[in-house]
Amino acid sequence: MKIFKAFIIIFFLLFYNNLYANENSQRNEITKNLRCLICQGQSVYDSDSDFANSMKILVDKKLDQGLSEKEIYIYFKEKYGDWILYDPGLNKNTYLLWLLPILIFVFGGAIIFKRSIFKNN
Amino acid sequence: MKKKLIPYSIILIFLIIFAVFYKSLKDTNIYTPDTKINNDIPIFSADLLLLNENSSSSEIFELDKFYLFNIWASWCVPCRDEHPILMSLSKNNKLTIIGMNYKDKKKNAKSFLDELGNPYKKIIVDKNGTNSIEWGAFGVPETFIIYNNKIIKKYIGPLNQELLMEIQKIIK
Repeated sequence: MKIFKAFIIIFFLLFYNNLYANENSQRNEITKNLRCLICQGQSVYDSDSDFANSMKILVDKKLDQGLSEKEIYIYFKEKYGDWILYDPGLNKNTYLLWLLPILIFVFGGAIIFKRSIFKNN
Repeated sequence: MKKKLIPYSIILIFLIIFAVFYKSLKDTNIYTPDTKINNDIPIFSADLLLLNENSSSSEIFELDKFYLFNIWASWCVPCRDEHPILMSLSKNNKLTIIGMNYKDKKKNAKSFLDELGNPYKKIIVDKNGTNSIEWGAFGVPETFIIYNNKIIKKYIGPLNQELLMEIQKIIK
């Protein structure tokens, strides 16, 4: 009997949180990547402003219409520009942002490589 | 040569960092979307404020005509300021003014129009704010000039005398 009780407790501990954690998960995922334009430094997910609440309703609506996550991002990008996305695409305004880490990495790697060659010599 | 490489590269890195910071120092961190856009107007259907009916974008906006689309609310103070300008624009028969009532109570919106006059030919109701996001707006008031189902100009914030002249120039 004891084992049975323990089994039930373990069962609920393992599976219970799964029962409701998925609610709205896709909407939350999307709104976390959208910037709230009228509140500085907050995502739509974090914000409770009028604008953010409308955005949340609209994201729900678009999901109901069967749009994928990517299509929703494209939709908002068309309306408000790159700024609304936290993960901007590669274009002429953002190439420095994308390429600088790679450049620094290559530059650093070149220095280390050169040094190791000198040491071996 | 090798000894010089390190100080040169440090200077170069500092110059790059300086250039990036200097550029961003001058950028404003308050976001304003592009105002000169040639986007198609969104397709929507919404309730009308003063009539008990539903209308769609294709019924409201006809081709080859200038429209002024204004987002307003009775609780918005700048909307009150720009209202006389909308009233004077409504006398111009080349321009049709369409309103969108943003997150407002019907009663308040009606008393606002009773008090200050109604420049709008039709008023769409945007109860939960989603319709204004379709338009790419994020506040009130916002004004769009529409021609041939395209947004040719967008004004964020209240209209003033200067913009009134500009709009009159556009529709001439």
